[in-house]
Amino acid sequence: MSNQEWPLWEVFIRSKQGLNHKHVGSIRASDEVLAIENARDVYTRRSEGVSIWVVESKHVFASEPNDADSLFEPADSKVYRHPTFYDVPDEVSHM
Amino acid sequence: MNIQEALFQYVLRLGDDSLILGHRLSEWCGHGPVLEEDIATINISLDLIGQATNLLEYAGKLEGKGRDEDAIAFLRLEHEYTNILLVEQTNGDFGKTMMRQFFFDSYRKLLFDRLVKSPDVQLAAIADKALKETKYHLKHSSEWIIRLGDGTEESHRRIQDSLDALYKYSNELFFTDEVEATLVENGILPSLDGLEDEWNTYVQAILKEATLTIPTNNWKQSGGRLGKHTEHLGMLLTELQYMQRAYPNMKW
Repeated sequence: MSNQEWPLWEVFIRSKQGLNHKHVGSIRASDEVLAIENARDVYTRRSEGVSIWVVESKHVFASEPNDADSLFEPADSKVYRHPTFYDVPDEVSHM
Repeated sequence: MNIQEALFQYVLRLGDDSLILGHRLSEWCGHGPVLEEDIATINISLDLIGQATNLLEYAGKLEGKGRDEDAIAFLRLEHEYTNILLVEQTNGDFGKTMMRQFFFDSYRKLLFDRLVKSPDVQLAAIADKALKETKYHLKHSSEWIIRLGDGTEESHRRIQDSLDALYKYSNELFFTDEVEATLVENGILPSLDGLEDEWNTYVQAILKEATLTIPTNNWKQSGGRLGKHTEHLGMLLTELQYMQRAYPNMKW
């Protein structure tokens, strides 16, 4: 008996009210067509979403947790990067 | 045959197919080859049992003798079930289950495409809801036939064996008698002409892609619609009916 596993896929679901796909978990499937079907069966049983993205886990490249301080902390003390010094008139909506 | 009686019999036939196949698939619960397929198979089982509930409830109303869907599902004798023989066959390996499903789904998808146009409002509504489920079931089973057939040597051998074993039960999908004839004559059912040809076209295309060979043995087995079942139904019913018969009128 072979010990091979099907490839692992990361599953992203967009809900009816949502604008973006959220990561909900992973599944194993032999190819992208069955990956969509398996994701539908495992992650949308309770009407969680209206759109599914699957990406093979090997194609997801992530930042190292150990690098978090040098990647993200420098931005904390740079107030000039935030557009908070303007008075926005009421007539300009959606800003 | 009067129209009401014919419609009762017809809806009963559809309901029994869904009920028995739904029960067979439920036997996979917890035993699927992988988690994802275990969930997929149970989803399909639940869809079919849901269809059976709708159909047998409607059948009870048409019969007009006070039987509800539970009485019809759980309290008949073996020869009173009108399901086709295909759906009562044992599950076998995953491939055999998929082959049985493939034959059934492709037939039901084509049938419901027509039934949604029936002037019988209730039947059309049931068909409309079931059609969406069936399209997904068909995609799922078709994709598996292709992968198992055009797969490894072992998967090909096993799925070919399943095709050889089940093909003789496929003909009964298209069995009709005075029940269907009465309904078509009176415009309740749309014509079923050409259904078998469409089914053959679809099935042969998928089997070809799966590099599988259709059996040349022309023997076809039927009898289910008339209550003449294989040895499997009796044993299936001992499980299906156990709770209702052991605890009559029990409710969840």
